[in-house]
Amino acid sequence: MSETYTLYNSIVMDHFMHPRNMGDLKDADGVGEVGAAACGDIMKISLKIKDGKIEDARFKTFGCGSAIASSSMATELIKGRSIDEAMNFTNQEVVDALGGLPPVKIHCSVLAEEALKAALEDYIRKHPETASKLQTPMPAAA
Amino acid sequence: MRHVYLDHQAATPLLPEAFEAMKPFFTEWFGNPSSLHEHGLRVREALKHSREQMAALIHAGSPDEIFFTSDGTESANLAIKGVAYANERRGKHLVVCATEHPSVINSVEFLEKQGWTCTRVGVDAEGHLRLQELRDAITPQTVLVAVHHVNHDIGTIQPVAEVGRICSEKGVPLYVDCEASAGWLPIDVDAWGAALVSFSPHRFYGPKGVGVLYRNKKARLVSIIHGGVQEGGRRAGTENVPAIVGAGVAAEVARRDLEARIAHTRELQVRLWDGLEKHVGFIKLNGPRPGPDRISTNLNISTEFIEGEGQLLLCDLNGIAVASGSSCVSKSLKISHVLAAIGLDHALAQGNIIMTLGRDTSVEDVDYVVQTFARIVEKLRGMSPMWDEFQRGIIDSVIRPTGRGKSFSQHAADVSGKSAH
Repeated sequence: MSETYTLYNSIVMDHFMHPRNMGDLKDADGVGEVGAAACGDIMKISLKIKDGKIEDARFKTFGCGSAIASSSMATELIKGRSIDEAMNFTNQEVVDALGGLPPVKIHCSVLAEEALKAALEDYIRKHPETASKLQTPMPAAA
Repeated sequence: MRHVYLDHQAATPLLPEAFEAMKPFFTEWFGNPSSLHEHGLRVREALKHSREQMAALIHAGSPDEIFFTSDGTESANLAIKGVAYANERRGKHLVVCATEHPSVINSVEFLEKQGWTCTRVGVDAEGHLRLQELRDAITPQTVLVAVHHVNHDIGTIQPVAEVGRICSEKGVPLYVDCEASAGWLPIDVDAWGAALVSFSPHRFYGPKGVGVLYRNKKARLVSIIHGGVQEGGRRAGTENVPAIVGAGVAAEVARRDLEARIAHTRELQVRLWDGLEKHVGFIKLNGPRPGPDRISTNLNISTEFIEGEGQLLLCDLNGIAVASGSSCVSKSLKISHVLAAIGLDHALAQGNIIMTLGRDTSVEDVDYVVQTFARIVEKLRGMSPMWDEFQRGIIDSVIRPTGRGKSFSQHAADVSGKSAH
C-alpha cells in the first residue's frame, strides 16, 4: 500500500492502525454490546463512571476498518463527558471527527453510538438512583 | 517492505511481449478494421491472427467462432441474452448454477423481469454443482444451460464434460463461463460439447478492455448491441484493436506455458495453505482441497472471530494485496452469494479472504504472507469481542466446536435484536 492510495482517509486509517482505548475495563460500571443486523458487525463499549462523569472508556470490535475507527473515535470523544451529555451523543460527531466516512459505512458510526448508549443504559440499570437526576429521558430499555 | 500481489483473479500485469505487440496499433496502424483501404486491411489481418490464437487456446474448430467484446461481463451478457432472445419463440426457460458470476446471475435476473424463468442448480459444501439436479431442471422449454468452469470465489472446478453430455442428450446448448479458468487450465470446447464459452484475457496477462466469446452453430445467437456489422454481425462497435492484439499474444503464451503455470502455482498454493493452517488457529479453507477439484491459483479462507475487511486492510498495509467476500467489503453489505450457496456459517463468511496466486509469485512471497497473516490475525483477534467471548466460553467456535457457549450467529442475533443474514 502507498501513502496516497488508502481505502479511507488518513484520520480513519490512523484510528484503524492505532486504535485508542482498545480493550476491556476491569470493574467497568457499564458495558454495552451491540450488533449491526445489516452487516453482522459487533461492537462492545465498557465505561468507568465516577460522580456522573465518564472517567474512562474502552472498546472491542468485530468489524471492518471503519467500525474499528468509529469505536476508537467514539471512546475518545466521550471521555470526560457527563452522563447527560453522553446520552445526547450522536453518530454524526464520530463521522465529523473522523473527517467523514464513505456513505455505505455510516452505519458503523451508528453502531458506535448504539454501543455507547447500551453501556450507559447498563450503568443506569445498575444505578437506578441516577436515572431521576437525568435531564435527558432514558431511552426505552433494550 | 515486500510487496506481494495475491489478487490475480481481479487483474494481472500485462506481458511485456503483449505490450510490445500492441504499441504500433495505437499510432502507426491505427486504422479501423471495417475500412476498406490499406489502413483497415492491415488491422483486419491483426484481428484475424488474434482470433486464431484464441481459437487455439480453447481448441475451437474455427477462428470464425471467436467474437471480441469489451470484456468478460459483456461476453456473458451476450451469451445469456443473445441466446434467450434468439430462442424466445421456442421456450423461455434457462438453467444456471447457483454460484455463477454476477455477470451471469444478473443477466438472468434481468431476463426474469421480462418473463423468462430460470432454475438455479444448487451446489454441495465444496461448491460442486449437483449433476442430478441439473439434469432434472432441464425441460422442453429450456433454451440454455449456463455453468462456470471454475468458481471465481472458491476455485471449485465443475464437471463441465459431464454437464456437456447431459446437454447433448437433452439437445440444449451449453454456455461455459471460463472467466476464472482461461489461461490457467486446459479448455476444450469440442470435448465438452460447449456451444458458447467466454473469458477475459486480462486474467492471464493480457490487457483490459477486451473479452472473448466463443460460439458455434449449436446455439442461435442474436446481437444485443446494435450498430454496424462488426464481429459477424454479433457485436456492433469498433473493435479495440490494440487490446485484441495484446490478448492474442497473451493467449499464445498461456497455451505455451500452461503446464508450467499450473505446476508453479499448485506448489505455492499447497505451501501457502499448509503454512496458514499450521500458523493460524481456527482457519478454514472454503472449496475443495488443493488437488484435481480446485484451480491451482485460488485460496479462499475464513478466519474465525475476525472480519475480512480488517484483514484486507492490514494485509494491504503490509504490502499484501488480497480480496474478500465479507459483507463489509461489498457495496450491498451482503456476504458473497457463493459463500451463502455452500452454506457457510455467516460468521465465517464475515471473516473471508481470497488469495489468488500468479506466475510471478515466489516461495519467499508465500512465506512472507504466512508470517504476516499470522500476525494480522493475532492483532485483530486482540481487538475482537468475539475472540474474548470464545476464550470465556460465551460463544463457541464453528470450525472446532468445544461444546461450550452459544453459536456466533445466536450471539449476533441476541445483541442486534435481529438475525444476521
